[in-house]
Amino acid sequence: MKTIENKRGMLITAIIIVAFYLFVAISEPLAPSNWSMLFTVLKKGSIYALIAVSMNLLNGFTGLFSLGQAGFMLLGAYTYGILTIPVADRASVYQYFDGGVVQFALPMIVAVILAGLVAAFFAYLIGLPVLRLKSDYLAIATLGFAEIIRAVFQWNVLGPITNGSNLLRKFPYFTSTLSYLIVVGICVAAILLLINSSYGRAFKAIREDEVAAEAMGINLAKHKMLAFCISSFFAGIGGALLAMYQTSVQASIFKSAMTYEILLIVVIGGIGSISGSVIASFLYIACSEWWLRFLDNETILSTAGRTRFIVVMAVIFVALLAMMIFRIVKPKNKEKKRGRYITGGVVSAGVLVWLAIFAATGATKVPLLRNGFRMVVFSVIIMIIVLFFSQGLMGTKELPDLFRKRAKKAEKEAAK
Amino acid sequence: MLKIENLVVNYGGIEAVKGISLEVPDGSIITLVGANGAGKSTTLRSIVGLVKAKSGSITLDGQELTGLATTDIVAKGITLVPEGRRVFPDMTVLENLKIGAYLRKDNIKDDIDRVYDLFPRLKERSWQAAGTLSGGEQQMLAVGRALMSKPKLIMMDEPSLGLAPIIVQGIFDIIREINKQGTTVLLIEQNANMALKIADYGYVMETGNISLFGTGAELLANERVKELYLGKSKQ
Repeated sequence: MKTIENKRGMLITAIIIVAFYLFVAISEPLAPSNWSMLFTVLKKGSIYALIAVSMNLLNGFTGLFSLGQAGFMLLGAYTYGILTIPVADRASVYQYFDGGVVQFALPMIVAVILAGLVAAFFAYLIGLPVLRLKSDYLAIATLGFAEIIRAVFQWNVLGPITNGSNLLRKFPYFTSTLSYLIVVGICVAAILLLINSSYGRAFKAIREDEVAAEAMGINLAKHKMLAFCISSFFAGIGGALLAMYQTSVQASIFKSAMTYEILLIVVIGGIGSISGSVIASFLYIACSEWWLRFLDNETILSTAGRTRFIVVMAVIFVALLAMMIFRIVKPKNKEKKRGRYITGGVVSAGVLVWLAIFAATGATKVPLLRNGFRMVVFSVIIMIIVLFFSQGLMGTKELPDLFRKRAKKAEKEAAK
Repeated sequence: MLKIENLVVNYGGIEAVKGISLEVPDGSIITLVGANGAGKSTTLRSIVGLVKAKSGSITLDGQELTGLATTDIVAKGITLVPEGRRVFPDMTVLENLKIGAYLRKDNIKDDIDRVYDLFPRLKERSWQAAGTLSGGEQQMLAVGRALMSKPKLIMMDEPSLGLAPIIVQGIFDIIREINKQGTTVLLIEQNANMALKIADYGYVMETGNISLFGTGAELLANERVKELYLGKSKQ
């Protein structure tokens, strides 16, 4: 955020980004099939990254607490689907509505942009009455909008356009991960440019002090509307990409839970940090889709495997417990020290008790691991983050700030 | 010249300003002194359009300002340094200054240098978050930020609020300096002594009305002002 010339940080960040894109571009066609999970995570993660960044623009940078993101994604997803299904396939997709009323198909890129524009247009209409509200009231109103729009799109009377509560499918979609990453990259770069422009400064000023911002001559209504529409525009594009990723669209998936997921990503990444939102969304998707999946599977171990499992887990968690008891890792924030030690201690002790029971019973089936347990662990992790790391991963820092030279070192160099 | 005639403003359900008239000639320092709740801040806020006037007129060089949006009033060259400084805490000093010039389309580089000349401390801290500055530095920043819009008239609401006496002296020196450089100043103060010393003319405001008017020196010598605002006892 606050940057003295930080060429080093910018350079390292640029290298990381280029390396990431190159890695995906080269590895995707060559990768063995068991890498498919990685690319799934990259696709979905990048889409969520875009939507999280768009939400951060509104919630983090402009200070407008809106919960309508799922509604705008729905608008984007439907716009894209409706406009791109090939004419030849419309009869089968709209089988209950005589092929629907739309009898043309637009190129993909045009439809993606239109998806954003439709979402932005609706944002404008809703913004007129709703943006007069503040904080919680705005959140409730936008949440209400998202729920209404979901119901409206499932309404049978609109079937010839929206296909009612049936799936929209057979529209074209990107097959390569790289295409998703490129579209998302362009959008995020656009948002970054916006945030660093004078408009972005005005948004931040509104977030920090509305009265002072107004006294500086910033037109509050206009700028709030602008932020709301731009955020929705990119949420709409995100929705279109999500439609492609899923290869089908159905209104019922755009529940408020989806908005909360994205809000969670924004909070975990750090409210007011673009790179935080991006990193958090990849991590979140990787955890929920991949890394924590094993918790959902009933697992039966061999006797040797069972012993190894218990020993390894016991060593890790005894070590963790010892660290908490003897206070080896020192949290920076003193006030929260106690809480962190207690939470860490309780969690490690809990896992140890669980292991002890597992060892005592002599069963080979790992206890607790079954469908749904992933969400329990996930919730605990999130609670810990929100309780003890409320700044999120990045706070308000951006990636280049992490590679800044240490202040002392920089001072020494300046003195030379 | 800013001219206010029979201005009436309601604020929070009560008539805070009850038909005042005052004039701020170009190039002068005018001060409005008075106790808490006299309606001073409400007057300033209505001039810049943050609060709508109920009746009366506010004109700048003959142009009517009442009914205009704050954006348009700021664009006409009036700026407000709000009470309690109200800098943007998580933005850098430089960003705060740039926000001050938000409505300008021309090059602001020279004006940033000018503000840094007035307040060398701000230059040292230009990359620091404004919230980490001391109270005095924040007041400097609030004044600097207001100057960035190149105002004809700068209005200051209690610039001495909550600052150590030595810092207050520095702020008042700067106000005089800004005035010398050609900006008209309308100053609101509870610290009547300091304000009247640097003012060309002063108005004393009591419960929504103007009760006294005179040059700064006259008011300083006035028995009633001494009694009410300068802490002199009746004996």
